[in-house]
Amino acid sequence: MIELDALGKRYGDSWAVRDVRATIARGELVAIVGESGSGKTTLLRMINRLIEPDAGAVRIDGKDVRARDPVALRRSIGYVIQHVGLLPHLTIGDNVAMVPRLLGWPRAEIDGRVGELLALVGLPEHRERFPEQLSGGQRQRVGIARALAARPEVLLLDEPLGALDPITRASLQRELARLHRELGLTSILVTHDLLEALALADRVAVMLRGELRQLAPPAELVRAPADDYVAQLVGMVRTQGEQLRAFGAP
Amino acid sequence: MTELVRGLPPLLASHLALVLIALAIATAVSLPLAIAVHARPRVAFALLAASAVVQTIPGLALLALMVPVLAGLGWLSPFGFAPAAIALTLYAILPILRNAILGLRGVDAAALDAARGLGMTRAQVVRIVQLPLAAPVIAGGIRTATVWTVGAATLATPVGQPCLGNYIFAGLQTRNFAMLLAGVAASAALALVLDALLAGAERALAGRRKRRALIPAGLFALLAVIVLAVLPRLPYEDAGPAGSIVHATPGAVTRVRIGGKTYTEQYILVELMRARLAAAGLAVDDVPGLGSTVVFDALVHGDVDAYVDYSGTLWANAMKRPGGAPRWQVTAELAGWLAREHGVRALPPLGFENTYAIAVRSDTATRYGLHTLADLARVAHELAIGGDYEFFSRPEWADVQRAYGIRFARQVSFDPALLYDALARGQVDAISAFSSDGRIAADDLVVLADPAAALPPYDALILLSPHVASDRRVACALGELHVSIEAMRRANAMVDADHRTPAEAAAWLAAQLPGSECAKVAP
Repeated sequence: MIELDALGKRYGDSWAVRDVRATIARGELVAIVGESGSGKTTLLRMINRLIEPDAGAVRIDGKDVRARDPVALRRSIGYVIQHVGLLPHLTIGDNVAMVPRLLGWPRAEIDGRVGELLALVGLPEHRERFPEQLSGGQRQRVGIARALAARPEVLLLDEPLGALDPITRASLQRELARLHRELGLTSILVTHDLLEALALADRVAVMLRGELRQLAPPAELVRAPADDYVAQLVGMVRTQGEQLRAFGAP
Repeated sequence: MTELVRGLPPLLASHLALVLIALAIATAVSLPLAIAVHARPRVAFALLAASAVVQTIPGLALLALMVPVLAGLGWLSPFGFAPAAIALTLYAILPILRNAILGLRGVDAAALDAARGLGMTRAQVVRIVQLPLAAPVIAGGIRTATVWTVGAATLATPVGQPCLGNYIFAGLQTRNFAMLLAGVAASAALALVLDALLAGAERALAGRRKRRALIPAGLFALLAVIVLAVLPRLPYEDAGPAGSIVHATPGAVTRVRIGGKTYTEQYILVELMRARLAAAGLAVDDVPGLGSTVVFDALVHGDVDAYVDYSGTLWANAMKRPGGAPRWQVTAELAGWLAREHGVRALPPLGFENTYAIAVRSDTATRYGLHTLADLARVAHELAIGGDYEFFSRPEWADVQRAYGIRFARQVSFDPALLYDALARGQVDAISAFSSDGRIAADDLVVLADPAAALPPYDALILLSPHVASDRRVACALGELHVSIEAMRRANAMVDADHRTPAEAAAWLAAQLPGSECAKVAP
């Protein structure tokens, strides 16, 4: 479905992303984990051409994305970011309707789709409200609804839950997993939280200084870390779990 | 007082038209420019720096500068509406451009990232995201520009555009403080009203219900439409935004534009000429309060048809002849030069002289024993001299300095209306005076003799533009005028000392003249 072929991006002399090779299957949820500056966001933004690569290529369904008009490409891919970026001067309904409007859908169809999506993310009665009247978690639900409006097959999520409190975060994680499954999406989720990645993803990619260090299903990653860095990351999560258990948690 | 109120609407309307057009053009230029450059900080910075430089040019200078610039370009009238509107537009660009660039740059980065990521084109990002979010900031810039422009537009008077500045300049020059206050108050009130309307629009734009901004913005637009629709019906029609300045056309003259400079005597002479021409059945527009050199250029361009100038002024400034010369020679050579070089007709001298003269208080004259400029030269290094705006840069002053070797300890420029006060209060010891000024006698001043004849004679004479030079009715109506120095001094004193209006002084002058024979002249 999505093929990253020797993908690279250079800023000046240093490579932000270097020689990343991966193939993501239809319906798969892949999480990209890494610290800030590891190149995970750059990698994500090369998929919808918000950033153009300096080496290699991205192919979706076998077709190089550079052969497509970037605007049309982005409209066909869902995109969710940490700070949501709702337009404060538009209602929730108008924000969700943005991409279908850009695509010129008929008004009645847009109306129906907006209602459907707000129900899907659990905010059916918020259509006429404005972003500032919503909580952080509600806003990100709207952000996800907006990304899904034009029925994309691919969903790119850049730290979508990074700014939320733990409880909201946990409930939205479940929500995301459900939407991914029910809608048959192919999703790529960037996060700095390995636990979140392990909980949600079919496969986890670990990046360090622009390079992909391991791409494996959660169980394999935990059992057989590919190198010291991955082992260290897994070790940290494991230590946290053991600490919890020491307090008498199950 | 009622006359003041009656004269206000056309000035207010043409002031408002000037402001609205300058703002409209400035906005139409600045917004696309801001959209084009906001993402390129270096270009944006350079543009803002350039418009900031324009802003540092004093308003009066910028407006006056437009006259030679437009005359040089030659595709717009260098006089009246065009130079004023262009200068004000340049003035208004900075606040609008700056706020637009800041507003567009200040849009929430997450909103921009999301907009691009969702698949908006660059133009859609600007239209759907940036402009609506920057709207309150942009409106704030327009609001600042509006207040500035209303104030700066009062400076359009000296380039020949009627505006509230006419009351301010004329009020200041003729010491008519009611008129001065009327001009200032009307301009302040206009600024407050426009500011309040735009503040309403700005508030609404900052809120969520943007459509509410349509109410004040609509009122603003309505005001603009009313002004532009009503303006052509008001008396100043030829100075309106249509720019319908009357240029030379063949055939009989039916309408005459009278120009005047910015001091009492000129305001009176404008009224006198107006009354004469009106009595001869001609329509008259007047454009008082022009800069001294602007009015001559306006006459040559045919934007003004008649005004009073002084032979020595033209001799030194327009003909650029050094030093003085006998009176008959100056008058004859000037008339020939005007006709030859510019097709301008000089009517015979009016009968009085308004000489540039150096005057001192009588106590100063007694203390130092001053009778002539040569006496003054001996003690000048201890004294301060005051001059009107132009005096120290006029060639006549250079001639006086050269002829007598005069060097003052200080030289200070004043508004001519304040010059005599400055002398009376001891701020300066000598001033550049005008020999026809009523205040010479009233203030008991001593005019120093010029034995070396460094100053040329300054016979007042009426100049006619090429357009009306051959018209018999105009020449007859104005050619009959004769004003003695005593009469002129008296008329000047009526305005300066007795606070009568220039029109009243002109009526008094007219009453001293024999009846006109011109009604018998066929057009």
